[in-house]
Amino acid sequence: MTVGLFIPCYVNQFYPNAAKATLQLLQKLGVDVVYPAKQTCCGQPMANSGFEHLSQGCNDLFVENFAEFDYIVGPSASCVLHIKDHLHSDHAPEEAMIIREKVYELVEFLTDVLKVDKLDARFPHKVGMHQSCHGLRGLHLAKMSELVGPPFSKPEQLLNMVDGLELVTLDRRDDCCGFGGTFCVAEEAVSVKMGKDRVIDHTKNGAEYITSPDLSCLMHLEGILHRDQSKVKIIHIAEILNASL
Amino acid sequence: MRDTGTKKHAALAEEFIQDKEKADWHDGALWWIRQKRDMQANQTPQWEELREAASAIKMNVITNLHTYLLQFEANLKKNGVKVYWAANADEHNQIVYSILKEKNITEMVKSKSMLTEECNLNEYLEERGIGVINSDLGEYIQQIDNEPPSHIVLPCIHKRKEEIGALFHIHLGTEEGLSDPTALTRVARKHLRNVFLTRRAALTGANFAVAETGEYVVCTNEGNADMGAHLAEVQICSMGLEKIVPEKKHLAVFLRLLARSATGQPITIYSSHFKKPRPGQEMHLILVDAGRSRLLGREDFRNSLKCIKCGACMNTCPVYRKGSGLSYHNTITGPIGAILAPNLDMEKHADLPFASTLCGSCSNVCPVKINIHDQLYKWRQVIVKEGYVANSKALSMKAMAFTLSSPAAYQAAGKTGRWVLNYAPFAINNKFNPWYKQRDMPGGPKESFGEWYAKNQGKKED
Repeated sequence: MTVGLFIPCYVNQFYPNAAKATLQLLQKLGVDVVYPAKQTCCGQPMANSGFEHLSQGCNDLFVENFAEFDYIVGPSASCVLHIKDHLHSDHAPEEAMIIREKVYELVEFLTDVLKVDKLDARFPHKVGMHQSCHGLRGLHLAKMSELVGPPFSKPEQLLNMVDGLELVTLDRRDDCCGFGGTFCVAEEAVSVKMGKDRVIDHTKNGAEYITSPDLSCLMHLEGILHRDQSKVKIIHIAEILNASL
Repeated sequence: MRDTGTKKHAALAEEFIQDKEKADWHDGALWWIRQKRDMQANQTPQWEELREAASAIKMNVITNLHTYLLQFEANLKKNGVKVYWAANADEHNQIVYSILKEKNITEMVKSKSMLTEECNLNEYLEERGIGVINSDLGEYIQQIDNEPPSHIVLPCIHKRKEEIGALFHIHLGTEEGLSDPTALTRVARKHLRNVFLTRRAALTGANFAVAETGEYVVCTNEGNADMGAHLAEVQICSMGLEKIVPEKKHLAVFLRLLARSATGQPITIYSSHFKKPRPGQEMHLILVDAGRSRLLGREDFRNSLKCIKCGACMNTCPVYRKGSGLSYHNTITGPIGAILAPNLDMEKHADLPFASTLCGSCSNVCPVKINIHDQLYKWRQVIVKEGYVANSKALSMKAMAFTLSSPAAYQAAGKTGRWVLNYAPFAINNKFNPWYKQRDMPGGPKESFGEWYAKNQGKKED
């Protein structure tokens, strides 16, 4: 099994440590991982802004870079969901559709494909779990609070395997953080208010770290934490799952 | 009516958020209703199956609207109700006016009806010398404040009790500083009793219209629709074409979902069925299109006609909770308003589908399973193609698409961006960057993951 490592544009540029942790974690679990060097972006920034018609270049590049792999795994729920829902290509329509089926967000790849049931990881901290909306309501990584049904959470299933880690209970366990792509600048006031309210929920419940399968949410929350000179840090879930003893 | 002018959602929401304490209270009040809704949903056996059934029944209605409407009309006539068809708001208003004029009626009482808000009926009638009093308490409060409702179920949810007390002091002569909700409600009740007793005409909306029997159902918690309708000699119902349900038994699905989704109550206090005029009374029913058939013609958006106006999408929407309903500058606010409004006036409402993070909570609380957040995404595509976005945004999107379509250009831009963050942060960290206003930029790592991989892992494989 060869996995194509999909590192979204902003993770590549701003959060290389999360990408390294993803790579190392997969390698630790015995997976053959390749990072196609010519990848750029999933096209979501344009598409969510109403410019889906401008994302064809990104789509074609994605197909070119990833068609050959058995699985494609990325540490970003939002970007993975965009590929799953919207990837299409006039040049290679079939390949695009096949990619939609074999692209996975890191957490679901670990729980559903690799069926990981133990991890050699230690992270002795209080951690708040931020459910990314695209991971939660798009990829169904956990049961969303809106629906009636049995509870489950794939990220928490993995975090519970980490030695020393204590998950904090939030007042609103799956409210949106307000990042929303270009929403974060177009609707700056609402975006920041939403982010601040999420941060308060985590901090008042004792979190030392806020984690998520989505760095876009975390980038936004980090901006708020940093401005407030908070001691609370953000950390991508891959970095926790890869934290060594 | 007070107008929000040309201000867009982002600016209006920002104004609302300025009063932090009030904004927090507003968010908490709506979240509390969302939690009540969750509790009811979890206590209802087969909740998800009920939603599925409601969605399927409404899809059937939308696909066979023509047949059901004719059946409904025939049964209304059989029951002795006068039926009118209105293509738009103007026609609707003219019909109401002509009914009242014929009877020389100059005052009317009206229970909650978002449709008549959409049509600006009150203003239309007032210009022609007919006074209208809204009898739903929330709508009444909004009316005396000369402001549109901010929420379809909770019209004045954006007002605190002290603000309402101040309004009552001015308009109803209550003592200054009185803000006890029970005391204020008693004053309004006394005032409205007199209205009910003296009005010869009463207008209601309709929550559901049963094609099979020609009856319509009005759900209220205050009994105000009933008080109006039972005491007036002329009863008028204004309803949108989409309010049809095929058979009476289908109400068993919708009445179980409506109040639970709306306010977290098992059922509305009053679910009143109106069918035939009592002796000496006239009943009129106006079927209003006002953009609905146009919406039916838009394949990607037609299923928004399934909406039963419960407001659950508003209570759950974080953008709505933080920024309030009035920021949507449309009668129907919140996520559902944001997908209905562009069908009515795309240019005026071009901002609304962008007033969302696409978090998807709305679609999942919706009792009739409207894919609201997918439609928000689709409206964005339509609005851009129709040219209703700023040129500056279109240009920056083109530049972004160009950069991201070329690995070399992207890598160069990434390197430059990180370099700027490290060595010239003042170029980004300034007041012209809306990100930076209340948030810091991420740090600029010396090396991208791609660069690190080429140096380390890449070599391993060679």
